[in-house]
Amino acid sequence: MKKIVIDPITRLEGHGKITIFLKDDGSVANVYLQIPELRGFEQFSVGRPVEDMPQITQRICGVCPEAHHMASVKALDDMFHVEPTSTAKKLRELFYSAFYVTDHTTHFYILAGPDFVMGPDAPVAERNILGVIAKVGLELGGQVINTRKENHWVIQAIGGRQIHPVFGLPGGVSKRISEDERKQIEDIAKRSVEFGRTSLKVFNDIVLKNKAYVDLIVSDAYTHKTYYMGLVDDKNRVNFYDGKVRVVDPDGKEFVKYAPNEYLDNVGEHVEPWSYTKFTFLKKVGWKGFTDGKGSGVYRATPLSRLNAAEGMATPLAQEEYQKMYSTLGGKPVHHTLATHWARLIELLYAAERMLELSQDKEITGPNIRNFPTAKPTEGVGIVEAPRGTLTHHYTADEKGCIKTCNLIVGTTNNQAALFMSVKKAAQALIKPGKDIPEALLNQIEMAWRPYDPCMSCSTHTLPGTLPLDVSVYDAEGNLVKHLSR
Amino acid sequence: MAKLKVALYWAASCGGCEIATLLIAEKILKLAEAADIVFWPVAIDAKYADVEKMDDKSIDACLFNGAIRNSENEHLAKLLRQKSKIMIAYGSCAVEGCIPGLANFYNRKMVMDTAYLDTASTDNPDKIIPQTSIKVPEGELELPELWETVRTLAQTVDVDYFVPGCPPEERTTWLALEGLISGKLPPKGSFLVHPANAVCNDCPRVKHEKKVKTFHRPYELAPEPDKCLLEQGFLCYGVATRGGCGAPCPQANMPCTGCYGPVEGVRDQGSHFLSALASIIDSNDPDEIQKILDGIPDPAGTFYRYSLADSMINRARINP
Repeated sequence: MKKIVIDPITRLEGHGKITIFLKDDGSVANVYLQIPELRGFEQFSVGRPVEDMPQITQRICGVCPEAHHMASVKALDDMFHVEPTSTAKKLRELFYSAFYVTDHTTHFYILAGPDFVMGPDAPVAERNILGVIAKVGLELGGQVINTRKENHWVIQAIGGRQIHPVFGLPGGVSKRISEDERKQIEDIAKRSVEFGRTSLKVFNDIVLKNKAYVDLIVSDAYTHKTYYMGLVDDKNRVNFYDGKVRVVDPDGKEFVKYAPNEYLDNVGEHVEPWSYTKFTFLKKVGWKGFTDGKGSGVYRATPLSRLNAAEGMATPLAQEEYQKMYSTLGGKPVHHTLATHWARLIELLYAAERMLELSQDKEITGPNIRNFPTAKPTEGVGIVEAPRGTLTHHYTADEKGCIKTCNLIVGTTNNQAALFMSVKKAAQALIKPGKDIPEALLNQIEMAWRPYDPCMSCSTHTLPGTLPLDVSVYDAEGNLVKHLSR
Repeated sequence: MAKLKVALYWAASCGGCEIATLLIAEKILKLAEAADIVFWPVAIDAKYADVEKMDDKSIDACLFNGAIRNSENEHLAKLLRQKSKIMIAYGSCAVEGCIPGLANFYNRKMVMDTAYLDTASTDNPDKIIPQTSIKVPEGELELPELWETVRTLAQTVDVDYFVPGCPPEERTTWLALEGLISGKLPPKGSFLVHPANAVCNDCPRVKHEKKVKTFHRPYELAPEPDKCLLEQGFLCYGVATRGGCGAPCPQANMPCTGCYGPVEGVRDQGSHFLSALASIIDSNDPDEIQKILDGIPDPAGTFYRYSLADSMINRARINP
């Protein structure tokens, strides 16, 4: 048995590591993706005052602290039995929409862009953000930097800080926005909508008009038929901040729709001895291992999953793009993992449009930003859609109002099983008996997992679009037979 | 003048320090003019092996973020120390352990049992716990070992400078980088941060004599807009926290939670805050004082929210 180790790919609380075992004939026996670190938030949150949880749990991830802050504050609303005021809900969603604009921008242009804009076979030296800017033009490159910067300003204006915000409280938020701030946010939202439209045009011109790219998107190597999960509003449209979790089966039929406090009936976490991450699955189907299809509880929670799990988008321009994607790719659901990049851009446009709507809402500068809890905190669940998947926070409190138990199902965890399967499939498509391991292995493996935007690679983790990949192939005696690196 | 050689690395951290580094936005071009980044796993395709091959002290400065949680963190800290002329602990995790350092209230077994056995959605009938060496049908796999205690960078290697904050605010990051670029650095052991005695110096809220009879939790009532939060009975940590951040949290009507660490010259942030509290509690009656203090539900976890690993306490003793 030969063993290929890819270490480090990069990190989620430490870096990830891929090990590929080959059979004696040279074909793939199995693939393992390991997460080597654990920090223990579910343990050390115990004993902390419940109201501090939005600020504590966001330290899980400094790339998407806004998502943890929101899931946590919603869990607090639930555990104090307090409904936030209408203005507070809108401020939270406005803040969260600005965050989505920055996060999806970073992913598409800096991470995924290099694969598609430059092409999967482009030289490594060009497969980075600088290459992308050279190809799409300096003006758009400037817009990418500006969109990120402006929306970080919005995050601070509403949330109090650019990274690790502080404004979330049970029943509302700590701070209003002024009319001046509202106007600035409205202007930024308008520019973000235009930027979203431009981004979809770039995708259309560079990717969709190129048959080779479209063939790659729909190819079997990048396809898995799984269940899909996403948060929806009362009309089954995509929502990032609030609603119920809807799951559709591989045929696109609604499998279940559950409220946050019903998550334990629906999602379980499986443990393997060889990774510090857990593997979620649908309890009503069961854990059947790393396999797809209707009989396996493996589901995905990505931008594409959210679009598959919903019946449409709540804003007009995004809805048009939603319909276009499904008519181009042959109807719902779409199982092609690489189409996740397209779905992410549709979500970017939706987030910008939603931001604009909210910035023009009469209530948004209102003074009524908090309802004060009257009950003691008991137990609560909060769910939002993090960019990288459905994010669940569940707490119970003791008599002092401190955390008794804490359970967290973090965005990327939802996709760990599917990530494995995608990496394995890409490896199987590439590594054939009796043939040399091709140099393109690294690139193909990257392309297999990049659509998930796993937190191991999230936003900044691979700034120029390349990963520090290093593959060593050992024979059965442990001798190095092949070394690939870049 | 030759360009500086700079390395950036993360150990046990959340990635927020990386984003903080990026927030200097267009100023990053000024950095690029003055310095070559020779190692940055986020951005640069250099491997651990490439660092190992570098001459000792060939890196001018290393900005190291993240706490030391396992053997790999420690290995990289020692390696980068050996290769770098200047070692900078960047951000609260590297400086003082930060929020992940709260794990020092517990031990490794408790952390693992909670994650893999006891949490509500975990489905683990065979009670499987991740192992450092595992036989799978196809061969053997390895995982790094998690340590009992979270440590700071300075508890692991010699550190020249410290940049506080979770994460450092944009102005703090740029101040540190400007110092590096210009070569105008203070004496070894200094914090690279805008001088300010405490967060209170940055905070625009009006301060009077502090006398507190009741502590309020932030969800219980809204603070008055322009008045010192601590005077209003909110547990604002500004008095015991190094300034320089610009006080964004109190300006968003939320108490400072202490992420810039102890003020200059103070060893232990928690005991400093405790002595500050003792002087503002408006009572001489022991029973009443006790009642006032009962309004603070988690003193240890609040007073040492960011600095437990670097404090005199360091960790809780867990009876087996």
